[in-house]
Amino acid sequence: MSVVIQAPADGGGDVQILESAVVRFAGDSGDGMQLTGSQFTTSTALAGSDLATFPDFPAEIRAPAGTTFGVSAFQINFGAKNIRTVGDRPDVLVAMNPAALKVNLDTLRPGGLLVVDSGSFTKRNLQKAGYEANPLEDDSLHDYQLIDLDISKLTLESVKPFGLGNKDALRCKNMWTLGLVLWMFSRKRQPVVDWLNKKFAKLPDVAGANVAALNAGHAFGETAELSATVKRYQIGAAHAAPGLYRTVTGSQALSWGIVAGGELAGLDIVLGSYPITPASPILHTLSGLKDLGVVTFQAEDEIAAIGAAIGASYGGALGVTSSSGPGIALKTEALGLAISTELPVVVINSQRGGPSTGLPTKTEQSDLYQAVYGRNGDAPIPVIATRSPGDCFDVAIEACRLAVKYMTPVMLLTDGFIANAAEPWAIPDVDALEPFKVAFAEAPADGADFNPFLRDADTLARNWAVPGTPGTEHRIGGLEKSFDTGHISYDPENHQKMTDTRMDKIAGIARDIPAQTLEQGTQDDTLVVVGWGSTFGPIAEAVRIAREDGLKVAHLHLRYLNPFPANLGDLLRRFPKVLVPEMNAGQLKTVLRDTFLIDARPLNKVSGQPFRIEELLTAIRAEVSA
Amino acid sequence: MNEMTAPPTAADAVKLTAKDFATDQEVRWCPGCGDYAILKCMQRTLPDLGVTRENTVFVSGIGCSSRFPYYMNTYGFHTIHGRAPAVATGLKLANPDLDVWVVTGDGDGLSIGGNHLLHALRRDVDLNILLFNNKIYGLTKGQYSPTSDIGTRSPSTPQGSIDPTVNPISFALGANARFAARTVDTAQKHMPEVFTRAHGFKGASFVEILQNCIVYNDAAWKSVTEKNVVADRQLLLKHGEKMLFGANGDKGIRFNTATFALEVVTIGTDDITADDVLTHDETNLQLARMLAELGSNPDEPMAMGVLYAAPADTTYEAAVLADARAQRGKRTLKDVLFSGQTWEVA
Repeated sequence: MSVVIQAPADGGGDVQILESAVVRFAGDSGDGMQLTGSQFTTSTALAGSDLATFPDFPAEIRAPAGTTFGVSAFQINFGAKNIRTVGDRPDVLVAMNPAALKVNLDTLRPGGLLVVDSGSFTKRNLQKAGYEANPLEDDSLHDYQLIDLDISKLTLESVKPFGLGNKDALRCKNMWTLGLVLWMFSRKRQPVVDWLNKKFAKLPDVAGANVAALNAGHAFGETAELSATVKRYQIGAAHAAPGLYRTVTGSQALSWGIVAGGELAGLDIVLGSYPITPASPILHTLSGLKDLGVVTFQAEDEIAAIGAAIGASYGGALGVTSSSGPGIALKTEALGLAISTELPVVVINSQRGGPSTGLPTKTEQSDLYQAVYGRNGDAPIPVIATRSPGDCFDVAIEACRLAVKYMTPVMLLTDGFIANAAEPWAIPDVDALEPFKVAFAEAPADGADFNPFLRDADTLARNWAVPGTPGTEHRIGGLEKSFDTGHISYDPENHQKMTDTRMDKIAGIARDIPAQTLEQGTQDDTLVVVGWGSTFGPIAEAVRIAREDGLKVAHLHLRYLNPFPANLGDLLRRFPKVLVPEMNAGQLKTVLRDTFLIDARPLNKVSGQPFRIEELLTAIRAEVSA
Repeated sequence: MNEMTAPPTAADAVKLTAKDFATDQEVRWCPGCGDYAILKCMQRTLPDLGVTRENTVFVSGIGCSSRFPYYMNTYGFHTIHGRAPAVATGLKLANPDLDVWVVTGDGDGLSIGGNHLLHALRRDVDLNILLFNNKIYGLTKGQYSPTSDIGTRSPSTPQGSIDPTVNPISFALGANARFAARTVDTAQKHMPEVFTRAHGFKGASFVEILQNCIVYNDAAWKSVTEKNVVADRQLLLKHGEKMLFGANGDKGIRFNTATFALEVVTIGTDDITADDVLTHDETNLQLARMLAELGSNPDEPMAMGVLYAAPADTTYEAAVLADARAQRGKRTLKDVLFSGQTWEVA
């Protein structure tokens, strides 16, 4: 656990004040580790600490119990300082069974605290996890502070009065463990108690048993003289900007941003979506927001999902579709139709490991080529990316703005990591957001034929006329259209002109987006680290540490990936060296080289796990000294 | 659909004509194509339905039939192959008051777009879906389609096709369509009646139009539509009326309880009387299913007209939007943002 910044005020000696800590809860898929983690997150957020979380779960819903591939983990980094990453190495690892220990032990920092449920270290479970000997008995864990408790048994005792069956009673052991960890970090139990009572309002016995287990775990910490071996820690509030805060996941913030975008445009939202990991939470969240003018349509497939979004936009709503890489692949042809008919559609891609089905629950940034290039014909669209859960709100609004202002589909790239991760978020003042009200086309005053492809001279956006409006009847489709009339045209020169116009329209967006700035460093630094998406946290932290070490390194993080900000080329060329860390095989690196003819150097990781600060620091040091 | 049509505007004071529904675009189907007759019929029928140009939308997929929207002076959307039902569904979710027609073909609607057709029908989206069935791919130059007869020789099946054929009406009924009808491109009196019924039906209405492709599958429907066989090969259905046909009107359809099938009988032979002949009940799903398959052998007539119409109180989009509208305004975005646990940083 990082630096002890002051001695405890009470002089009691058993509470250490820490700047930050990383805790990882790991157990079987059925052990409720995601719930445990998210409840610990709430308690921590309410204590005012900054935090970042990393739910790391398997693709299988319930893999066979006790196996290593069924291990589900939740990591949280929290502190009294600005927290940018989920933390390289946990200070505390909770392992609910041998498989969880086996899979996660490598991540625990040497000397870290290891809490295990010895009750689950049965012969059978050890065997399933691939242990030949019980690691709790053979001294193989001597590098760590081991607390082995029979949590299973302690839980069963604590919930006895509620008369649950053995299986249901054992399910409470995650709450027992949470109680212990809350004690360890001096966190309040009440938010968890409130949540349990609400969640199990119809099952009072289950609620009671869970609360009892939580209290028992907490009491165990108090009374079992654990303090002989374990210190209690206190992590204060972070010095965040003043305001009202809440925790938010990427999926929530993105969904709310879409609603805000619709309101700012003065349009209803129609979401067409098909279930897919890790994009489904957006469908779920928006489905719960009908009272805000949102219609959600769970389509028969990915193509129908975007087809309905296109139809909705044609009808005067703002069509939105959300999916992940394989689903986006299916939407590709329809995306071309939206490009050709110049209709606004927001396409959300929650990226995951690929190709094909790939790693459904793991994170990658490997759909950048797909977003920028992946269509038939010359088919440009704006591509923007979100860097963190809270950032999703702003990026979603921006996607809506660009879509309606430029009459174009917009690809919004997020990823599974951002979608599921939570962070504290200063609730924005929605009244202060700049509206971008849409004005639909009206019938030509002179009774002339309406031309749906008449363009705004500045944005090159076409007329948006909506069925139901007298005098603007028109036909559109995927066939090439005459620049002058909007009717079908196979004329060679016209196709050249329309292709150029579509390219120019998207390229012109560069004039309408903010100039690129540096997150850290100056234009006089030797190296600029260029990132996009959810690598923001690790890059920011690595660059901060590198700069503290005296290295002349800057951090540039892109939100706009197509078109790039107008000043990006000039800015990048000021740096002798450019390093591009990505969770793919080097896609932004290629686009930057292609666009600017610069020697952008790749740093790639496609293990399904976020970058560690140490990995980035090593690469930065090597690059600076090379 | 009529109930949902927007109130007439001042412009409607003058009754529209077929000409008002025609665009100035040159129609580019092959000379003699059955699509011309369907287009003319649609342009002729819409004024009688009292609809407005601005409230009418034609949505199509890809194929010869799908060029239809370009020739209708209404709103029109020529989308991508097979996906018109999905686009039309989104359109109705954005604006349920529109009168939306989907134009598709046997390849577009039953091959690449079979999935979307299935779901638009089973959801009961208030669309009028016209499937032009010429039993061939026209625009891609003559390959066999899902409705081609087994043994169809085409560029992709030089030895004759092997795939069994799908019956569009059976498909629609299998998808839980509540309205299914059949007509013929050349039936300029019958087709408007079917269009009118389809338009008046609240929910998804499915119409199969037997259509002739003069270039790649000429005379594919000849054995049903030629003047000299019409009387014997077509059964014109009328709700509540006896299923009689034939040049002399003495042939009828009877339900054979032994074979559990429909059969053709002739009144006056084998003690058959008019009482033996079935009366059409368009709300009877089992009957519709049997009628759909009738005509698969040359001794039987094909059922024409409304095979099935089971009215319901609501449609998919009406139900979706009623739900949304009932909830609308209960919260604001601010309420949502401030929900849950919050904390103040001073």
